[in-house]
Amino acid sequence: MSILDLFRKKDSRQPVDSQVDRGLLVFAHTSEVIRAEKLLKAAGWTIKVMGPPPEIQKGCDLVVEFPLMEKLNILRTLTESGTPPLEIVPVTGPLLAPVDLFQVKDFGNHIMVRAANMKITVEKSTRIIVNISGGGCPDVPYIATQLIGRTLEEAPAPRDIGHTLCGYALDLAHQEILRQCSP
Amino acid sequence: MLAIVGTVPDPDFPLLDAPVTLEGKVLLVGDHVIAPDRGTPALLGATAQACIHLGMDMPHAFLVGDEGLGKGSRDLYAHLVNVLPERSYATLVFHYLQPDVDWHNKVLLSVGEMHPRPRLVADAGFMYAAKMSGEASAYDLFTPDVGELAFLADEAAPHPFYTRGFILQDETRTPELIRRTYEYDNGAACLLVKGSTDIVSDRTGELARITGPSEEAMEAMGGTGDTITGMACALIEYGLPVPDAARIAAQANRYAGQLAKPDPGSQISDLIPHIPLALSKAMNQ
Repeated sequence: MSILDLFRKKDSRQPVDSQVDRGLLVFAHTSEVIRAEKLLKAAGWTIKVMGPPPEIQKGCDLVVEFPLMEKLNILRTLTESGTPPLEIVPVTGPLLAPVDLFQVKDFGNHIMVRAANMKITVEKSTRIIVNISGGGCPDVPYIATQLIGRTLEEAPAPRDIGHTLCGYALDLAHQEILRQCSP
Repeated sequence: MLAIVGTVPDPDFPLLDAPVTLEGKVLLVGDHVIAPDRGTPALLGATAQACIHLGMDMPHAFLVGDEGLGKGSRDLYAHLVNVLPERSYATLVFHYLQPDVDWHNKVLLSVGEMHPRPRLVADAGFMYAAKMSGEASAYDLFTPDVGELAFLADEAAPHPFYTRGFILQDETRTPELIRRTYEYDNGAACLLVKGSTDIVSDRTGELARITGPSEEAMEAMGGTGDTITGMACALIEYGLPVPDAARIAAQANRYAGQLAKPDPGSQISDLIPHIPLALSKAMNQ
C-alpha cells in the first residue's frame, strides 16, 4: 500500500472524514465553553473550540470538539467541575442519538441485559454480577475486573470508573439491570 | 509468524514486544504472567492453545497496559509505527485498543511497508477504528458480534453506541446487515459474525452457517468472542483459507462450550482448556 492509497477516492456514499472519531460538547453559555476548554486542556486532552454545525439548534454560538471515544471520562470531568454540557454529539452526525434500546434475556437463575455492544449478567438469587461481555475499548476488561464477583450494591457504576463510549454503553446496561432487579 | 496486538486492563503494565509462551497452565508474554480471563489475554490464551495443538510456533505479542484512558494504546501505536516496517509476520491481529482513526491510519501505512504484507485480522476497538477510517477493505477478517455488525452496517455511526435504531441488532437480520456492511464498503474481505448462529460471509454472500451445538450460557460469558477470534487467527497462520479458518474456529468454540458445560456465570478460563479437543473435532469434520 502506498500513502496515496489512504487518500484514494472513496465511494461517494462514504466520504472519509478525518473527524469521524471526534465529538462536540454543546453548552448553554460562552462562559461555560471557556471554562470547559481550560479544564480539558489542563487535563491533557486535545480539544478545539469552534462554531457549531447548522444541525445543532441548542446552546451558544461556540462548541468544543473533543475525542468522542473518551466521552465518558470527559463527561465525568466536566460534571465533577460543575460544567456539564447541554448535549454531546458526534461531529459527523450531530443528529445521531445514543442507543436507547435494551435487550433483556432471562436464563432462569441469571438475567442478562444488552445495550448496544455491551452485556452484563447478574445471578438473581445473590445479585452478584457474574459476567460482562462485548465491547472493544480497553476500559471494558478493566470495568469487568472491578464489577465481576460483586453484588449490584457493592459494585461501582461503570460511569464512575469507565472512560469510553463502550464504558458508557455498559453503564446504560448496568442501569437497566438495576431496574430489572429492583424489588 | 503470528503476531497479536492488544491491551491488558492494568495501567501499570509495561509495553511488551515479546514472544508468548505457555508453561503448563501459565501464559507468559516475555516474563510477565498473563491471566487469560477476558479481552486480549483471553484471545492470547486461545491462540496459544491452538498453536500448540497445531504444532506451530507460538505467537508474538505486542501488549500494553490501558484501562481505557488511551495512553497505553497510543504508546503502542507509536511503537508499531516504528517497528512494523522491519518485521515479518504472516498474520497480524489487532484487538482491544483505544479506537483512534489517526493512529489506525499510521499503523496501516506501516503495515503497507512490510514485506511480505501480512494477512490482517481486526476485532474489538481496532475494528471500530478500521471501519471509521474507511479502510475496512484492507483487512482479511473482521469478527464482529451482532451489535458490532449493526455498527459496521450503519455508515453514519462512529461507534456501536451511536448505531441508529432502524438498524436493529436482531440476529434474524444478520444477512441483511452483512449486505449493508459491504454495500458501504465497511467489511473486511471475510466477516465472521458471532452469535447464536455464527455466519461466515464475504462480499459475494454467505459462505457458512454454524448452528450447533448450542450452549445458551455462552452468550453471557465474557471472552467467548475472543476465543473464536484467537482460534481463527491460529488457523489462518496454519495455512487455511480465511473463510475456512473462521468456520472451523466458530465450530470449535461451540465444541469447547459443549465440553465446558458452562452456566451464565462461567468464566472463559473454564473454556480455554477444552480448545485442543474441540479443534480436533472441528478440523476432522
